[in-house]
Amino acid sequence: MSVVSEALAWLSDPVNWSGTAGIPNRVFEHVRISTVTVLAAAMIAVPVGLLIGHTGKGRFVVVTLSNVGRAIPSFAILGLALPVAIKLNLGLGFWPTFIALFALAIPPILTNTYVGVAGVDPDLVEAARGMGMADREILRRLEVRLAAPVIMVGLRTASVEVVATATLAALVAGGGLGRFIIDGFAVRDDARILGGAILVAALAICTELFMGGVEKLARPRTSTA
Amino acid sequence: MGEPMIRLEDVVKRFSNSRTLAVDHLSLEIQEGETAVLVGPSGCGKTTTMKMINRLEEPTSGKIFVDGSDVMSQDPVQLRRGIGYVIQTIGLMPHRTIAQNIATVPQLLGWEDSRIKDRVAELVEMFELRDELLTRYPGELSGGQRQRVGVARALAADPPVMLMDEPFGAVDPIVRARLQDQFLDIQDRLKKTIVFVTHDIDEAIKMADRIAILNVGGTLEQYDTPKEILRKPANGFVEEFIGSERGLKRLALIKVNEIRVEEGPVVSPEDTVQRALTVMEEFGTSWASVVDGGELLGWVDAGTMHGMTTAGEATPQRFSAYVTAENSLREALDSLITSETQVAAVVWEGQRYRGILNLDQISREILG
Repeated sequence: MSVVSEALAWLSDPVNWSGTAGIPNRVFEHVRISTVTVLAAAMIAVPVGLLIGHTGKGRFVVVTLSNVGRAIPSFAILGLALPVAIKLNLGLGFWPTFIALFALAIPPILTNTYVGVAGVDPDLVEAARGMGMADREILRRLEVRLAAPVIMVGLRTASVEVVATATLAALVAGGGLGRFIIDGFAVRDDARILGGAILVAALAICTELFMGGVEKLARPRTSTA
Repeated sequence: MGEPMIRLEDVVKRFSNSRTLAVDHLSLEIQEGETAVLVGPSGCGKTTTMKMINRLEEPTSGKIFVDGSDVMSQDPVQLRRGIGYVIQTIGLMPHRTIAQNIATVPQLLGWEDSRIKDRVAELVEMFELRDELLTRYPGELSGGQRQRVGVARALAADPPVMLMDEPFGAVDPIVRARLQDQFLDIQDRLKKTIVFVTHDIDEAIKMADRIAILNVGGTLEQYDTPKEILRKPANGFVEEFIGSERGLKRLALIKVNEIRVEEGPVVSPEDTVQRALTVMEEFGTSWASVVDGGELLGWVDAGTMHGMTTAGEATPQRFSAYVTAENSLREALDSLITSETQVAAVVWEGQRYRGILNLDQISREILG
């Protein structure tokens, strides 16, 4: 029997679909840590990106962060976060994973938010300001609305990266789909490794499709057709 | 004249990244209800000057008053809501319908929905936009429609002052001329105080009550009515800037009803041929206008009246050129030089006869 058919057999075995170590619970854990991280990153990166994009001040922050973010692998951040988490008594599992994924999610959200806002036609902003819109109104009524699709692309990129990378949580005793891969390695169970990998890939694709849908909804309406 | 609506007092603007002045000790007064056009080559500070009035730019020194109060002592956001603003690219919000775009300032001012709706309907009528455009988005309109919406939007809250930076710049010449005419009509009724920026001297001449000609570095070369600037340019720069055809441009500003029109040889259909011939002799012509109770019927030639008893028996011929009171002298001149007789009949409202116009009279106006 080939590895692939073994993996498919593993995936379809009812034993693997129940309990704490079952696929549904692992998917739930995976989605939970990913969602929490992306939302947390968005809560920081979107406002900061809006502010930098609107004022044009602090552009270097965006450039630096996105370059550094791309250069440092999440694996390394995980390695750095682990001793910190232990020292701060935050425990294994959640916090080191959260820190590593958070660092991964910030650059695409921040960059896209900044680019989206900075890319709004300056004449549009000038006309709005000339009519007596305050900065807050320009941001809310104009820049956020028009930058929304670009911001959503950033969130999509971040989400897919986070979902794929959340696999690392298992390295620091966290849950999620990474458990199947890490544990599979530990007991040399190829079917479980591949099965877990297939699940991670499938979840990443689902995330991509879901966020693509959200992105479409965020697109401002600019025609009656 | 009372207190001017807009007053610039020794205004200087120097941008922090520049060694030269953008606006150089500029003083300017704009009376209520007048259109002042700021015109000049690029780098003359015309747009900067305009933007200092609603504080999109702040003067380095000097004072600007709108309706008697110093703009620098006012909250810029509140100040701007009371001043209409139009830019060349218009800047309609692409994600908001035309109705929503027009309603921008009234909404900022917190007007009630019903009042906004009435005002939008009023503006749609004023600018001859079609109702069905209101639910469309800016991307679905033609360039000319967008520009009209832009001006309508600036007028939405009925501000006494309007700032317009090349508002008709982004459309082709034919549409531009139509938009200019329409706006002149509207301004005739609304009597706003307008600061209008353009680089096009012909547009300036057409739109302005007064033109401020600015030179590179933000110095004011001349501030006067278009007629005066064309009649007597202050210096070589102004003369060069207003370009060739100064006389013709001036003629375009003078309407036929502003000059004295000669009555010319006139006969009524009841007049005898003898009387008609006497009239022609008096004027040294071989023809006369036939006017019946004030109504112009045409003209008759002495040669066709042999053997007739009254002038009315001859069939009057149409003048080859007609001008009306509202025509400019330039249009009159054009009619004259393309007509066979080089004489144009001047008629008031319909065919009410006023007199005749010839090349001599027009050339006298050019020299005057």
